[in-house]
Amino acid sequence: MFEASLTEVAAALTARRVSSVELTQACLDRIATAQGQLNAFITVDPERSLAQARAADARIARGEAGPLTGIPVAHKDIFCAKGWLTTCASKMLADFVAPYDSHVVERFDRAGAVLLGKTNMDEFAMGSSSENSHYGPVRNPWHTGFVPGGSSGGSAAAVAARLAPCATGTDTGGSIRQPAALCGVSGIKPTYGLVSRYGMIAFASSLDQGGPLARTAADLALLLNAMVGFDPRDSTSLERPKEDYARELERPLAGLRIGLPREYFGPGMDNDVRRAVEDAIAAFGKLGATAVEVALPNTGLSVPAYYVIAPAEASSNLSRYDGVRYGYRAPEYADLLDMYCKTRAQGFGPEVKRRILVGTYVLSHGYYDAYYLQAQRVRRLIAQDFVEAFKRCDVVLGPTSPTVAFRVGEKASDPVKMYLSDIYTTAANLAGLPAMSIPCGFGAGGLPVGLHLAGNYFAEARLLNVAHQYQRATDWHTRKPPAFA
Amino acid sequence: MSWEIVIGLETHAQLSTRSKMFSGAATAFGAAPNTQASAVDIALPGVLPVANKGAVERAICFGLAVGATIHRTSIFARKNYFYPDLPKGYQISQYEAPIVQGGAITILTDAGEKTIRLTRAHLEEDAGKSLHETAGDAHSALSHGMSGIDLNRAGIPLLEIVSEPDMRSAAEAVAYARALHSLVRWIDICDGNMQEGSFRCDANVSVRPKGETKLGTRCEIKNLNSFRFLQHAIEYEARRQIEVLGSGGRIVQETRLYDPDRDETRSMRTKEDAHDYRYFPDPDLLPLAVSEQWIGEIRSRMPELPQAKRDRYRAELALSAYDAITLTQSRELAEYFESTASSTASLGFGAKPVANWVMGELSAKLNEADLDPSRSPVSPARLSGLLARVHDGTISGKIAKEVFDAMWAGEGDADAIIERKGLRQISDAGALEAIVAEVLAANPKQVEDYRAGREKAFNALVGQVMKATKGKANPARVNELLRKKLAG
Repeated sequence: MFEASLTEVAAALTARRVSSVELTQACLDRIATAQGQLNAFITVDPERSLAQARAADARIARGEAGPLTGIPVAHKDIFCAKGWLTTCASKMLADFVAPYDSHVVERFDRAGAVLLGKTNMDEFAMGSSSENSHYGPVRNPWHTGFVPGGSSGGSAAAVAARLAPCATGTDTGGSIRQPAALCGVSGIKPTYGLVSRYGMIAFASSLDQGGPLARTAADLALLLNAMVGFDPRDSTSLERPKEDYARELERPLAGLRIGLPREYFGPGMDNDVRRAVEDAIAAFGKLGATAVEVALPNTGLSVPAYYVIAPAEASSNLSRYDGVRYGYRAPEYADLLDMYCKTRAQGFGPEVKRRILVGTYVLSHGYYDAYYLQAQRVRRLIAQDFVEAFKRCDVVLGPTSPTVAFRVGEKASDPVKMYLSDIYTTAANLAGLPAMSIPCGFGAGGLPVGLHLAGNYFAEARLLNVAHQYQRATDWHTRKPPAFA
Repeated sequence: MSWEIVIGLETHAQLSTRSKMFSGAATAFGAAPNTQASAVDIALPGVLPVANKGAVERAICFGLAVGATIHRTSIFARKNYFYPDLPKGYQISQYEAPIVQGGAITILTDAGEKTIRLTRAHLEEDAGKSLHETAGDAHSALSHGMSGIDLNRAGIPLLEIVSEPDMRSAAEAVAYARALHSLVRWIDICDGNMQEGSFRCDANVSVRPKGETKLGTRCEIKNLNSFRFLQHAIEYEARRQIEVLGSGGRIVQETRLYDPDRDETRSMRTKEDAHDYRYFPDPDLLPLAVSEQWIGEIRSRMPELPQAKRDRYRAELALSAYDAITLTQSRELAEYFESTASSTASLGFGAKPVANWVMGELSAKLNEADLDPSRSPVSPARLSGLLARVHDGTISGKIAKEVFDAMWAGEGDADAIIERKGLRQISDAGALEAIVAEVLAANPKQVEDYRAGREKAFNALVGQVMKATKGKANPARVNELLRKKLAG
């Protein structure tokens, strides 16, 4: 069951070969066993999950099952789930029990999926290693001395270690795709506006987008079908006709034009990563695709622009954590200002504080034009680069991360080095484009390499088609971490 | 030296929507603390704002009413600062691109009409309210040294209307505030309730030597919630500034508070400790797009505006400028007047008697009872009935006031009251002649005086006849008869 596709699991559930309770219990058992090594979860609540599983089994028995009914899903601890502790991996929200469901949780509930638990992450989704958690770092299932990537590291590790068949994540600058790459699983960030942000704790509103992580592109398509949909509670949610993201999976790739940005293949990419990506390009050639060189001349500006815009929005979004109405409040303080200062000094971790400081700075009087407005101009140029590129190709291909996973603690003291690992992923957020990562081989230390595919706006079905055809021709996505086989 | 006072106002009008600017929570006044604060209003993690269409429509309506530009695209921005009654740590407002720009309001001054230009009007949300524990307040639920926060107000939709510094006296500022107050109620976008904070002003005041064209350093007086406070605060502040400058000092740009108990303004904070609000476009809200069609729909639903009514009253109803302005002080009064005037139009006596009754008798009664014209116990139909009886000679103008009072007291319509009380005017020559004869016989002294050329005696005789008929005699007929008899 742990290697089956979601479609196969759903079929087994419908045929009553396995129950949702059995499936859920098996996941819970594996989570309990792995927790000490991986620290992938912040909260599990077996009673609550099993109650949902029983309800799903009853629904299946009534013949009312949908494609996800009874399937366990792990949610990143950034999604509010009514009655569940929802911490965003922060001391600030360590006792925050959400009184309402996020749109994403509501969607999975309605589909009859089982909430398996809340996964660990970088605090407020700020990080690329899942080390910045109040609950301790998440570990990579392929080698527990290494990071799983971030910020959705708990979700990626859980899927890779077969603790959960699928999980949700959020992606502000690569937070779904980079951990998917580093853990050897598949993940997609949809076009901005497709998945409602309602109830998804905000990091950087104009960049944040929810999406699924799973082992295969086909599974991602099913999960996207559940997650995407207009939500009037999110003003940036897009109202579009419903589509089936699995509809193009079986389309042959003959005639597909794969764009290779010359800026991606220069220095900066590790050789093991380069080899795996070049092998993937060759594999696509065998599938009938043609490679075309494209230019994304502003690639080098995406990380600087991202690290102005994201902290700016974050500095404002995180102002609500002030100790007044809910969440952490410093136990002792002299007056109001002191209460604010101590609460926020004690309640936020160092990376969150760093970004609040940067964001506050770039929005300050006299700096706004030079930083924030300039970054917004760069953002438009980056989006324009992709518009041009997609005139010549159907998907843009490259590595997800310039390196395989790094050691826990290795980059923790060098934020700029950490930020630079987002070089291939941030552009899709800045432009609002859909992009995904799928496993394409292994590099140094037997650690997974991720292949990055970016598509034009609303081209999710095509992206999933390209990834699915690649996964039919390769077996990287079936490899499992030996310690969790 | 002679000084000129320069005033600009920033007015916050609470828009009369049922739900808040960015959440579905109710806006009703006076609810128990925090019972009208939704997840969005208390800024729980993960919640998002959604702009209230009704509030946007009201802003557009205002823009159309003052002849402003309605921007097809405007931007909601975040104004960032920390305060316990500001749950998100920022207020959503409009900064660089407001929905309404320009426009003007006309006021009446001693020197005639004056146009006050508007800079802009923008949408924003209100903050909550901090309740500080006060010594000796036995009813306070707060223990010593604690502050309470009521977030019912948080997120209430406001239209901030900013004027140019076009006013030159406290009286002009009050006239402007009153005109604005009347207008927002006229177009029904704000209930104008100043006690409940639905309409409040900040005044920017500066002074300069007469003839100087450069503006002086200004001070902003916050939160003036009555016209009287507005007047007094400006008068005090102008005096203070003139005194400082006159004695060689200089004005520091600052925010001041008006203390009505001591009738003075006090410094709240200076420009040096002003916040850096770090405004930036709110990424949770898309630019606010307003289509031509939407504006057209709103325009077509708008009532006739005061200025248009005034022009029409003067041109079509031949009323004076004063009458036209008085009748358009509120939409309800104008509607009352128009309703009465239109139902008496066929009688041919014109609108002037109607205007006189509405501005005189009716307004006096309404003011006395603190009633809105729409709730007058005497309906326009009944007032019309009364005026018809005066016009056709059934009753005199004097008796009409008595009938009006009876109608006000709920004693029925004019005809019923006239019948029941026997107030019908005596115009019948036979009946009057007898009474006149009696009066002449009973007052030989006056008759003699009159004949001796003392005109005053005639008036006394008229009075006697009126007295004998309890005022019901037709005065014109009485005059006529008396002259005839006395001459004969």
